Amino acid sequence: MLRDALLIAGKDLRLELRSRVALNQVLPFALLVLVLFAFALDPDRGLLARATPGLYWVAVLFSALLALQRSLSVESADGNRDALRLSGLDPAGIFLGKVLAVATQLAVLEVLLGVGVAVLYTTRITGWVLLAVTCVVATASIAAAGTLFGVVAAGLRVRETLLPLLLLPVLAPVLIGATRAFEAALAGSPSEGWPWVGLMGVFASLYIVAGVFGFGPLLEES
Amino acid sequence: MTTEAHRQDIDSTGSNGTRVLGIAALIAMAALALFGLVLSPADANQGEVVRILYVHVPSATVAYIGCFLTTIGSAVYLWRRSRWWELVAYASAEIATVFTSIVLVTGMIWGRPTWGVYWVWDARLTSTAMLLLLLLGYLAVRRLPADHEVRTRRAAIVGLLLVPNVIIVRQSVQWWRTLHQKPTLLANGVGAKIEGLMLFSLFVGFIAIGLVFAWLLIHRFRLAWLEDQLDEAGLDVAIAERRAEGAAS
Amino acid sequence: MRPSVPVPPTEAVIRLRGVVALLGRFPALAGIDLEVAPRRIVLLRGANGAGKTTLLRTLAGLIAVAEGQATVLGVDLVADRRAVRHRVGLLGHATGLYDDLTVGDNVRFWARAAGAEADDAEQALVRLGLAGRLRSVAVSRLSAGQRRRTSLACLIARRPELWLLDEPHAGLDQDGRDLVDTILREATAAGATVLLSSHELDRSLQLADEVVTIAGGVVVADTGMSAP
Repeated sequence: MLRDALLIAGKDLRLELRSRVALNQVLPFALLVLVLFAFALDPDRGLLARATPGLYWVAVLFSALLALQRSLSVESADGNRDALRLSGLDPAGIFLGKVLAVATQLAVLEVLLGVGVAVLYTTRITGWVLLAVTCVVATASIAAAGTLFGVVAAGLRVRETLLPLLLLPVLAPVLIGATRAFEAALAGSPSEGWPWVGLMGVFASLYIVAGVFGFGPLLEES
Repeated sequence: MTTEAHRQDIDSTGSNGTRVLGIAALIAMAALALFGLVLSPADANQGEVVRILYVHVPSATVAYIGCFLTTIGSAVYLWRRSRWWELVAYASAEIATVFTSIVLVTGMIWGRPTWGVYWVWDARLTSTAMLLLLLLGYLAVRRLPADHEVRTRRAAIVGLLLVPNVIIVRQSVQWWRTLHQKPTLLANGVGAKIEGLMLFSLFVGFIAIGLVFAWLLIHRFRLAWLEDQLDEAGLDVAIAERRAEGAAS
Repeated sequence: MRPSVPVPPTEAVIRLRGVVALLGRFPALAGIDLEVAPRRIVLLRGANGAGKTTLLRTLAGLIAVAEGQATVLGVDLVADRRAVRHRVGLLGHATGLYDDLTVGDNVRFWARAAGAEADDAEQALVRLGLAGRLRSVAVSRLSAGQRRRTSLACLIARRPELWLLDEPHAGLDQDGRDLVDTILREATAAGATVLLSSHELDRSLQLADEVVTIAGGVVVADTGMSAP
């Protein structure tokens, strides 16, 4: 299972290196969202500074939707789903591999977006440990739930519209939790943030287990 | 099965049992109107508005029951390939959606005079709204324009995760709101001491809404079951036609 | 047709009895009876929509057997059709390649997914004439024939025991078609069994040991061991 996961993750990351879709399209989109927020919320009145953690995670969430659509569309093209079923790869391994690849791309995006926030919104960054751990569990949550629901929507004409409807309500706890944890870290009171990290940890575990067992049946139908 | 008997089968989703259930539901609703609107007194704090809770609270309960049935049905379907349970999950989700909408609408109508606004970011109200969105997501997958097997399999995964999602969403919303304010608003309304005729009216509400829920659920399930049978019945004919195609060429 | 090779007295590789397979609610296979002995090359004939593609996909374990009995490579498809998948090689209309990866990436990935060694992928690339400049070209920039060669290379690298080929000659030039025939003869010599459908009738009649004709989702003629 682990070997299969690494094989799939390696393939997806190589695909990204060759096509640069995430780098050339998703990342600029994320930065654009940051700029749009500044237009919508007047930066001089302190609104932007107070809303920074929430805006950061909303930007991550929207970018994640694009990255997930990309990650799943490469598998639905030209018979790749059949090829995967015939390959003898463990479905659980395929799921974990896709999650790993999406999570890696999101992690890079989060770091760059963090730099963007620090520069554009002049945020003073404190509480590094909490920020880093929050990123890890939130990214795992988004990648696991996104990959699972992405496959539920994959291969259908309506997939672009269906995925946000399915995924965003489910990810609401992650948005709330990650935002509150960031607020706690930036406000210098990290102890308030850790319960949220725990909640997101439960969320990520739930979706990783669900994906490991549910991916087989989802790939199976034709 | 003769065509005559077959036609009779599809004629109605009712039976003697459901007719009795339907009549009982009607009587209970009439009793609820009588107790809720006429016999029970107005609340000391809330006034006449309290009467809407006799519908609101039982609706919330049956909506949650519907969600549990959806998750259980989806789990049994994935585990045992039971189409019966798959249809239970689907029918419950639809009826739960109806009652979740009733909860939201009655909650907002109750909130307008009580809080002065239709919507506050109260933990219960917010998580009920999220529940409605999760149910709509399930129904969107279940009604996809795709192969039957594709729809049911994918919907079952979403249905299986429905209750865990609801629990996590509720937990996060609860923590989020209680950081800033205590959830006292609704507690004043429902949790406050309620006794005598008011308590009895609420009890009548539970019975009436429970009966309506059961009646709707049984009929919706039977309709889905008949649709399923209709799909199945065509197979033998289709195989014969397909073979004839070969013989003709 | 090739001079008939005596059928070795071994278990049939494919044994189907009254197999029904559904596409949605349409019975694309309406009761197929078929037996194929090991190391044979079998040509599937039939008009468009006769059920050739569905038959190949059912044999590969991709489509469920709705009714009847089916055994492929000793695996009961009704009980567990997943168990047969990694042992067969299916070449369909779709190529199953990642457009943004290079030819070499694709062949190596699918070979490794099937548990083959890096050597197998390398040999397959050489065999299909893709080891040169084409190796590092993205699949999206290939011609249809080159794509076909790439998916054939993926197939060879897997060393399947049963080859299921839907129009393997389509889109290939003269050399490519000859190469396909050679590869299939070598595969059967090495112990594999081949089922193919093809519109290149003269070529495939020369290649095949037996011909199975299907129409309306049933076998209507069979020159092989399941003939009456």
